[in-house]
Amino acid sequence: MQNLPSHLIDGVMIGSLYALIALGYTMVYGVLKLINFAHGDVFMVGAYAGLFAGLAVGADADPSPLKIAVIVLAAVAACVILGLLIERLAYRPLRTAPRLTALITAIGISLFLENGAQKLWTANPRSFPDLIPNAALRPYIVVGTALLLALALEFIVKRTRVGRAMRAVSQDKDAAALMGISVDRIIAFTFALGSALAAAAAILYVSVNPKITPTMGLMLGLKAFVAAVIGGIGSLPGALMGGIILGLAEELISGYGASSYRDAIAFGLLIAILIFRPSGLLGRGMVEKV
Amino acid sequence: MTLNARNIFYVGFGALALALLAGCNKNAGPSGSASQRGDVLVGEYGSLTGSKADFGITTDRGVQLAADQLNESGGILGKKVRVIAQDDQGNADQVATIVTRFVTSDKVDLVLGEVASSLSLRAAPICEDNKVPMITPSSTNPEVTLRNGKAADYIFRVCFIDPFQGTVMARFATNNLKAKKAAILRDKSNAYSVGLADYFVQEFKRLGGTVTVDQAYSEGDDNFRAQLTDIAGTKPDIIYVPGYYSEVSLIAKQAREAGITVPLAGGDGWDSSNLITNAGTALEGCYFSNHYSEAQGGPVITKFVSDFKAKYKVGPNALAALGYDAMNIYAAAVKTAGTTESSKVIAALAAVKDFPGVTGKISMDGNHNAVKPAVVLQIKGDKFVYVTTVKP
Repeated sequence: MQNLPSHLIDGVMIGSLYALIALGYTMVYGVLKLINFAHGDVFMVGAYAGLFAGLAVGADADPSPLKIAVIVLAAVAACVILGLLIERLAYRPLRTAPRLTALITAIGISLFLENGAQKLWTANPRSFPDLIPNAALRPYIVVGTALLLALALEFIVKRTRVGRAMRAVSQDKDAAALMGISVDRIIAFTFALGSALAAAAAILYVSVNPKITPTMGLMLGLKAFVAAVIGGIGSLPGALMGGIILGLAEELISGYGASSYRDAIAFGLLIAILIFRPSGLLGRGMVEKV
Repeated sequence: MTLNARNIFYVGFGALALALLAGCNKNAGPSGSASQRGDVLVGEYGSLTGSKADFGITTDRGVQLAADQLNESGGILGKKVRVIAQDDQGNADQVATIVTRFVTSDKVDLVLGEVASSLSLRAAPICEDNKVPMITPSSTNPEVTLRNGKAADYIFRVCFIDPFQGTVMARFATNNLKAKKAAILRDKSNAYSVGLADYFVQEFKRLGGTVTVDQAYSEGDDNFRAQLTDIAGTKPDIIYVPGYYSEVSLIAKQAREAGITVPLAGGDGWDSSNLITNAGTALEGCYFSNHYSEAQGGPVITKFVSDFKAKYKVGPNALAALGYDAMNIYAAAVKTAGTTESSKVIAALAAVKDFPGVTGKISMDGNHNAVKPAVVLQIKGDKFVYVTTVKP
């Protein structure tokens, strides 16, 4: 098993990035029972926002911590605004519509963002400034940041008032509204939080894989969705676990098996989970509300 | 749902429908059969957007330049050349739609395209069935001009084919770089890349080399660490990556991070100014085979390069040169045939011999492939430097 340590490190690194994106899927699903297929494209917009901010402050020449902060802030701001807009314009009008309608809208938004980005920024791949010049440090920075963000999220959801409100809305929107919770604001907050995580994931991702294209969110979004399902969609620790399992599985299949099957493994895992444990590894079976 | 939201929906759909209609109108082709029209109509399909947009755009520039020059000198047989370029977005289904429209409703005299072999493979049967000549400027997969293993009557190309290009790099690696062990990293989703890799492996082994590992990725991937770690462990002398520029620059960066210092080598899919922009210094000293180099000199190349620069403010790459050659070789064939009637034009195209193209003297072989030499270029700074010419 030559190169095993290196494969494990890379697998966990990519896995933790899948996990960060998966957290966004899982949170929105938990609160709205909506799979936000535009999430991967919010991630893409975050990468472009970071790139343009980086070029504006000249981060490609000398990435100081201040410049990195500017890049991260720009990406987070862009994604939060975009997330809020999508929620307000695309999903809120459909809140009482059948779930399928919202799903179709999500795919529509995804296509709109991809093609809009292609129109605005052309389809040519762009290179992201090298924010972490020391390649050996990258996995630790990526995994460390991802873990910190996941812990912060867990804290927000479990220990704060707004987190309690989120959980209440996810259990029963009408009852939560009767208790004086502004459901619209909580849902908007969920989108903002998920989009901010997507922005953070985007900056980390393009720091290690410095290629940005308008369609980059498509496959990554699908993989993160698979990660969320593996872990049990709606479960935060599940998303984390699903991401890392998927990252490791892909890395090991390419390193030791046949790299041709890298993408097949993600969807193979999805099928296996749906057959044998449809609620995911850490998910609980849901009782249908009548 | 409120009435309000519903209204927004209707307005939105209405706007969308209008936009689509407007788009159709603008792009609507001319009517009337080819012979009734007073011009020579060329339908060009290519990736003008999408991840391979650089290929489509540069090819289109070469084609347009040739068409402009033909028109300035009186057109073909006194008829103006008109090129309608359609964007296939690098999507095979889109190719089928566009090319079907070209041959059935636009009634073009010539179909010109694609760069990517996988897309030309989709268009060729449509042109063959409808008896419309098609010239691909730069699809190098052998199958493109074949039908059931024999030369298709209406399909031609002005570039050399994969077996030659893969073989060229294998010989160059063995003879010039003294490489004994090669690793392969191929784009398994791409007929072109698979073809080049296969022929490289075949020739490299024949010359006594060993292939340490044969790894794969898919177009659009951006994480190649697992494959590269595996490759680094086998300590090759050279890594053959016959992919497209959009992935190759990132592969090079990640290879250097994985501690790989040996040169990477590839084919004409590397030929884009974006390659260096995105790879930075990671490709310094690496090699790729290509159709031509400005550095070869000669009056044809010098004139083409200066005309191209005058029109577009940037230098032409090989794809632009091949687009230019494809347009001109068609014009020459029509002049020889004395008509744009397709059955006569294809006879003239099949008989092309020593046509003085920018990318070399072009002669058609029995399978409608251009037979001509390849060049090997090395990346130095932000320049592609001419190293050597390899004859077929």
